[in-house]
Amino acid sequence: MELVIAAAIGVLSASGVWLILRPRTYQLVIGLALLSYAVNLFIFSMGRLRVNAPPVLDGSAPVDVTAYIDPVPQALVLTAIVISFATTALFLVVLIVSRGMTGTDHVDGREG
Amino acid sequence: MRDGNLLAVLIVLPFLGSLLAALMTPMARNAEAWLSGLVALAAFVVAASFYPHVTGGGVVKQTIEWIPALGLSFTLRMDGFAWMFSMLITGIGLLVVVYARYYMSPKDPVARFYAFLLAFMGAMQGLVIAGNLILLAVFWELTSVFSFLLIGYWHHNQNARDGARMALTLTGTGGLCLLVGLILIGHIVGSYDLDAVLASGDAIRSNPLYVPVLLLVLAGALTKSAQFPFHFWLPNAMAAPTPVSAYLHSATMVKAGVFLLTRFWPVLSGTPEWFNLVGIAGLATLLLGAYFAIFQQDLKGLLAYSTISHLGLITSLLSFGSPLAAVAAIFHMANHATFKASLFMAAGIIDHEAGTRDMRKLSGLFSFMPITATLAMVASAAMGGVPLLNGFLSKEMFFAEALEQHRLSLLDSAAPYIATLAGAFAVTYSARFIYTVFFGPKPVDLPQEPHEPPLLMRLPVALLVIACVVVGVIPAVSIGPFLDTAVTAVLGDRTPAYSLVVWHGFTTPLIMSMIALVAGLALYAALHRYLASSEEGAPFFRRFKGQRIFERILVTVSWRWARAVEAVVATRRLQPQVRLIVVAAILAGFWAMWGEGNLMPRLTVHGLDPVLGSLWAIGGVCAVSAAIMAKYQRLAALILMSGTGLVTCLSFVWLSAPDLAVTQLLVEIVTTVLILLGLRWLPKRDKAVAEAIDTATRLRRHRDFAIALVAGFGIAALAYFAMLTPRPPSVGDFYLKHSYAEAGGTNVVNVILVDFRGFDTMFEIVVLAIVALTVFALLRRFRPAEDNAEAPYQQREQDEFDSVRRDREVGETLKDYLLVPSIIMRWMFPVIVVLAVYLLLRGHDQPGGGFAAGIAMATGFLLQYLAGGARWVEERLRILPVRWIGVGLLTSVATGLGSLAFGYPFLTSYFQYTPIPYIGKMPTASAMLFDLGVFSLVVGATVLMLIAIAHQSLRIRARPRKPAEGEGA
Repeated sequence: MELVIAAAIGVLSASGVWLILRPRTYQLVIGLALLSYAVNLFIFSMGRLRVNAPPVLDGSAPVDVTAYIDPVPQALVLTAIVISFATTALFLVVLIVSRGMTGTDHVDGREG
Repeated sequence: MRDGNLLAVLIVLPFLGSLLAALMTPMARNAEAWLSGLVALAAFVVAASFYPHVTGGGVVKQTIEWIPALGLSFTLRMDGFAWMFSMLITGIGLLVVVYARYYMSPKDPVARFYAFLLAFMGAMQGLVIAGNLILLAVFWELTSVFSFLLIGYWHHNQNARDGARMALTLTGTGGLCLLVGLILIGHIVGSYDLDAVLASGDAIRSNPLYVPVLLLVLAGALTKSAQFPFHFWLPNAMAAPTPVSAYLHSATMVKAGVFLLTRFWPVLSGTPEWFNLVGIAGLATLLLGAYFAIFQQDLKGLLAYSTISHLGLITSLLSFGSPLAAVAAIFHMANHATFKASLFMAAGIIDHEAGTRDMRKLSGLFSFMPITATLAMVASAAMGGVPLLNGFLSKEMFFAEALEQHRLSLLDSAAPYIATLAGAFAVTYSARFIYTVFFGPKPVDLPQEPHEPPLLMRLPVALLVIACVVVGVIPAVSIGPFLDTAVTAVLGDRTPAYSLVVWHGFTTPLIMSMIALVAGLALYAALHRYLASSEEGAPFFRRFKGQRIFERILVTVSWRWARAVEAVVATRRLQPQVRLIVVAAILAGFWAMWGEGNLMPRLTVHGLDPVLGSLWAIGGVCAVSAAIMAKYQRLAALILMSGTGLVTCLSFVWLSAPDLAVTQLLVEIVTTVLILLGLRWLPKRDKAVAEAIDTATRLRRHRDFAIALVAGFGIAALAYFAMLTPRPPSVGDFYLKHSYAEAGGTNVVNVILVDFRGFDTMFEIVVLAIVALTVFALLRRFRPAEDNAEAPYQQREQDEFDSVRRDREVGETLKDYLLVPSIIMRWMFPVIVVLAVYLLLRGHDQPGGGFAAGIAMATGFLLQYLAGGARWVEERLRILPVRWIGVGLLTSVATGLGSLAFGYPFLTSYFQYTPIPYIGKMPTASAMLFDLGVFSLVVGATVLMLIAIAHQSLRIRARPRKPAEGEGA
């Protein structure tokens, strides 16, 4: 289980890093999106992987903390998902506007 | 001792007034003047009321602890010396406000002027009564900032902008040096409290850090008081409106430097370093300032250099280190403020009524404005040091002190001669001011016919001149007690015996004064003809323009050197920068892991989950293919990327993170649609016409591939080993234990977001709102590239098809496009709304919550756009995304503030279970309200972004028909 997730994080990061080093803005956007998947998975995995232990209590005290997965990384990732959506949107718009202004989709605003 | 609470009023009042002034209509001259006048008057009365408590060495203090652990507190401290300055600041401030009412043109936006002026008054007031070194530095910088704004008030004027920038650069840099110096003092003393500092003079003087401290404090004081070699900003600051010059550049701000020197005089003075540094700066400024003043053709230029010279006189006095000299310095500060402020105002009146300040044009104005002329002449005589006026008294004290032997050195021996020479120069420029402007032949070709100004414009000048005369004739009665109060506050036990009388007998200082008077007049007689038509500036020296040197340095440092450095170490290209960041991150990762090999568990394939494994086989292939195809096959890359996202989402379900799964799924939908909308604006890129790849490019790709590979392996290894290490105790356990018991929610992730860490969430949504507004703003003035401007190829083809077929109208195919799905999508709207509400309501106890619900709701709107097109939707449904954002923000902040009302800290939540008929017990927590805010904001932000992008196509096509329409989306 851990190996799979670790490999997944690795593949996603490698693809993302490759893309953010490319010269076209669209590649950059896709690359950042892939990187954000990787980063979200990474942060999430820092709470360790558990199956069938969602942090949803059954409402009867006392709580046995070992029965649940660590909720903190999940809370972090939840907002990270929304924020990475926002940054993707922002990058996309910067891309569009820069393309409109400079006529090219090169990351430096000019070919070459 | 008096309760110090009123001290804060002295600072708060002007700042409050400034705020009010800024809110008024820009042109409300009278209302602004009344407001500012009343504020200044009130501050004056409050300041005056402190007199009984500060006389005889009394101190009034008020301390509000701020960060006591760091020795930072908001301490205000008023003693006799600060009191004297408070009176000058508020008193002259009041006069300047009255004067400015008549000086400023009806066309000037006076709201800004008075707002800045009052804010400056507050900053200056804060500076003089600050009782904590750091607070002092803060107010010090504030005076620089407001002075910048005031000098640049007429910002359409290039000179005003340059002068303002120069003043800010110099005094701001000086202020930074001062801050460092003050921190060093605090370090030596062990406290930032002014009283503690003033009590530990010996410790500071004997500390090895004394010289750096002295240099840094002097850098602050000498720049502020325009002392040589930093004097050149002051003449350039004359581009300010004259009331500003009268207030800042004669009576208050430039006095801040000498104020500081006096404040720290008991602590820092008396050493050879002090004597030499301060003495050289002071005497050089005194002499050069006076010499330059003679050769100015601009009235305000003359006064500016004269101010520099007089400040030099004060600095010289402080350098001597003897208590009597300090008395003279303090006395001269007050005297100079009165006569120089009145002279500036008089110069302003002349400028205002005659239309010019050029002394080559001005002449014989006495017959046009006899009263103003008389007042200006008296003030000018005080400036030149004529007996029976206040300037004479302090100058005589200066001469007497210059004669004294303070410290055996060439500088000390030269002091009397320099003093007499500077005195002669002062007589020369004062005589020139009087004679050139008011006497001689009638003026020719003035821009306007001069006449007396309104009474109230003249009144401030008159009051100040009366003060000059009264102090000059009966000093001991008029200013004696006040001066004594100020002096005692600075010198304490060392207060010397001195006598304030006009006649001391035939002493050497008197003889020096006489020599100066005669020599000065003789010099003027000799120079008279030359000055009538000479260029601006002193002969020979006019070639050394401080301003030119300053600008040369500025250009060299901020432009040439910066460019040179940039050429060597930086690039404007994005790719090398990103590459550097990635490589640095990889190296940092390896550095951290280096040598920790024994911590790493062994790699095993034990427990490899086949389902998750095959899921990620798909996910990995999707990611890699997306990376490969992103250049030529954008749509395919997008779909593949979504595939990866979907697998991520499934992993979240698998690995006990239902909340993440829900949110990820919804976000995935919105992101995909968003990028689909953006694809249309990108250039065509055809693989068939791909450019030939040269070796360099190929090498670069190989290198990038290697970097990506290393990064991937590194992070995978890091993640793997971290996951296999047992989890250390986490704060998560606390949340798990207390989530239900204290916040009444069973979905711990949601409870963390809206309750435990609500503050974080609040800022998260603020970020979201900012991003949405940025997107909106960026697209407002969007112009597409030429090749994207027309309708897409498919649409044109459809329209062509319609026009060929006789039974179809143009646009019909487009309208029928996806007809059945679009009807379904329309009907889905209520369903999605219900789903969103459901997600929101259950969020506290079950997976869901504001983020997920918000995006679901946005998806609902989005589907309508997909189904019917932007026009169709907006004809039926008015969505105001910015309102949603606003409501969301306000709701969450109001929820937070609500807990304050009940006496709990910000964002404390409250919950209970409320029975609702037919549904049962509903958990109702105030955190739900907060979540509602999150929901509303997320809806608004998401919809705003999507609509903004979607609208671009509409706008572009709408433009030819209705050019005026379509600015807002």
